[in-house]
Amino acid sequence: MLGYIINRLLAMIPTLLVISVIIFTLIQLPPGDFLETQIAEMQAQGENVDQAKIEYLRQEYGLDKPVYLQYLSWVTGLLQGDLGYSFEHELPVTEVIGDRITLTIILAFAATLFTYVMSFPIGIYTAVKQYSLGDYVFSFVGFIGLATPNFLLALILLYFANVWFGTSIGGLMDPQYIGQPWSLDKLLSVLEHLWVPVVVIGTSGTAGMIRRLRANMLDELQKQYVITAKAKGLSPLKILIKYPLRLAINPFIADIGSILPDLLSGSVLVAVVMGLETTGPMLVNALLSQDMYLAGSFLIIESSLVVLGVFLSDLILAAIDPRIRLGGGAVK
Amino acid sequence: MTSNPNKSLEHFVSSADFDPQTVSKLTPQQERYYTASQWQIMWWKFRKHKLALYSGIILVCMYIVALLAELVAPYSLHNREIDHIYAPPQVVHLFHEGDFIGPFVYGFDYQLNMENLKREYTPNPAKIQKLQFFCQSEQDYEFWGLIEGNFHFICPDEGGTLFLWGTDRLGRDVFSRIIYGSRISLTIGLIGVTISFVLGTFFGGLAGYFGGIVDNLVLRAVEILKSFPSLPLFMTLSALLPVTWSPLGVFFGISIIQGFLDWPGLARAVRSKLLSLREEDFTTAAQLMGASHARVIGRHLLPSFSSHLIASATLAVPMMILGETSLSFLGLGLRAPITSWGVLLNEAQNINSVVLYPWLLLPVQPVILVVLCYNFLGDGLRDAADPYK
Repeated sequence: MLGYIINRLLAMIPTLLVISVIIFTLIQLPPGDFLETQIAEMQAQGENVDQAKIEYLRQEYGLDKPVYLQYLSWVTGLLQGDLGYSFEHELPVTEVIGDRITLTIILAFAATLFTYVMSFPIGIYTAVKQYSLGDYVFSFVGFIGLATPNFLLALILLYFANVWFGTSIGGLMDPQYIGQPWSLDKLLSVLEHLWVPVVVIGTSGTAGMIRRLRANMLDELQKQYVITAKAKGLSPLKILIKYPLRLAINPFIADIGSILPDLLSGSVLVAVVMGLETTGPMLVNALLSQDMYLAGSFLIIESSLVVLGVFLSDLILAAIDPRIRLGGGAVK
Repeated sequence: MTSNPNKSLEHFVSSADFDPQTVSKLTPQQERYYTASQWQIMWWKFRKHKLALYSGIILVCMYIVALLAELVAPYSLHNREIDHIYAPPQVVHLFHEGDFIGPFVYGFDYQLNMENLKREYTPNPAKIQKLQFFCQSEQDYEFWGLIEGNFHFICPDEGGTLFLWGTDRLGRDVFSRIIYGSRISLTIGLIGVTISFVLGTFFGGLAGYFGGIVDNLVLRAVEILKSFPSLPLFMTLSALLPVTWSPLGVFFGISIIQGFLDWPGLARAVRSKLLSLREEDFTTAAQLMGASHARVIGRHLLPSFSSHLIASATLAVPMMILGETSLSFLGLGLRAPITSWGVLLNEAQNINSVVLYPWLLLPVQPVILVVLCYNFLGDGLRDAADPYK
């Protein structure tokens, strides 16, 4: 097991490296560097350009060096927790995004949890009672959830949350807690606001998950060991939980890799609509104003989150599924 | 046993005509089934999937509407009714005070609420405006930018209005704009899927057919592309499209990006299928006869599961339509002069519009409808793709 973990950890390195190269290329793609843009803008506004400051920044960020050296300094900076400099906010990126990353992770985690909690019982129910009324209803709702753009759901739920529960519109917490250190009250306020975005973001993932779990369960329920268990007189519930469920549950863990990018994507839209203090709206702003270092940092953090999520799901899968052989040869 | 063993059995020969197929006689239906081509059987099977069939029909209708947008829309694309800003939808009635007069709408009385400065429109039962069909109006257009005309399938009454789904902040008819927007929104997915189809079959084909290092490389690439959260990456790429590009350029740029981000899934499917197919006897036969790699993949391997590919491509279209809608909604995709459903929804970005002008959210209807239809169609195609099951 330890060997497997180390193996997987090592395999993550090239992946992350290529991701960082791609993102760095994206950062570099707009013509000119950000200082030139900055200078042009300041001159256009008739301001005096502080030559010394520009020279300082130019050296600090190695803009006068060849591209590969710039890349190296960017990557080493990343490893040391220095994400670069946001030229829109005139602050280091780490300071700009600090709280937002935490909130994004909380949101993603809560949405994943919601997806699992919702799809688990529904998936089992629709499989066991195939072609029942409940099956059709859930399938229909699932399809609607799949087809409705996230932001629409967000707008509607937000409206009703405000009308019915008096939750303040927009944001992840009541306004007075923004920028405050974490406290119990702040946490409670976050929890009160969290459920709308969590429901909205989770819904789209839930639909797909229900269908997969249902299909898996249906396959397993036909197998002979279920008949044997039935013949031996086990109670239906016990049969269900003891055997087919254990096998059908695999995609739940394996899918973290595909669910996480979806959730992060979905959260961007929802966050913009609802004005959440997550990375999403900031990313949109950064992109609109071509503040590429900031945008790049978001991308690399989120991609790393996904890679990490896949790694964790692989580990859990290897731990709970005895059919997965560690270090086996290539599988066809 | 018989009592007289010496008496031999009488030799019997039937005098009737001999038909060698009496035992396994095929009914006409069976014969039709056995001689039908694969595509024919697929069609029969698909036809049984009623939901998919109807979805397909709806989609065809929507594409026809998109094709004839100028004729279907009662107003032209940029027409502004400055007297009717934020007018609510007009309901089509058939009866007025118990009398049948055919489809008509009630005209609006307009007044400005001086307390909250809200425009208030109330339908006035005295103003009966009958709808006109197959009519000419002052709403001129150039059909596909080529032929000038003013013929419409449906027009408002003379001097009247016909805002089926209300108007927006500039007094433009939402219904007409949705019709025009369908052109962009319905085609962007098709272009994207075509690109992703080409890339996916190419790389997936390489990986599955050659295996080894090529396979490994492609798989790694797929893995890396998959670990980007798709929407943020999509946003970043489309933000990088130069602002100086023409709207049409941006449109193609975005569909190309979509295709480029979508191919990994398809490549993976093609690869796993090819990995098993390349071991089949017919592949070996083709190789021994000296067929080139490209020919083996293109002529012998891909056709054996092309139906699957079509099904999965169909399922990819709605994701692209949703992607475009989301991106334009955020203001990062298509921009104003272009009309797409996402661009229209951009106006409904804040909570105020839900409360005050809920009809601005109507462009979401066709989005949901199209996405659902494509999903059902794709499901039906996938089931039909394996006709011998």
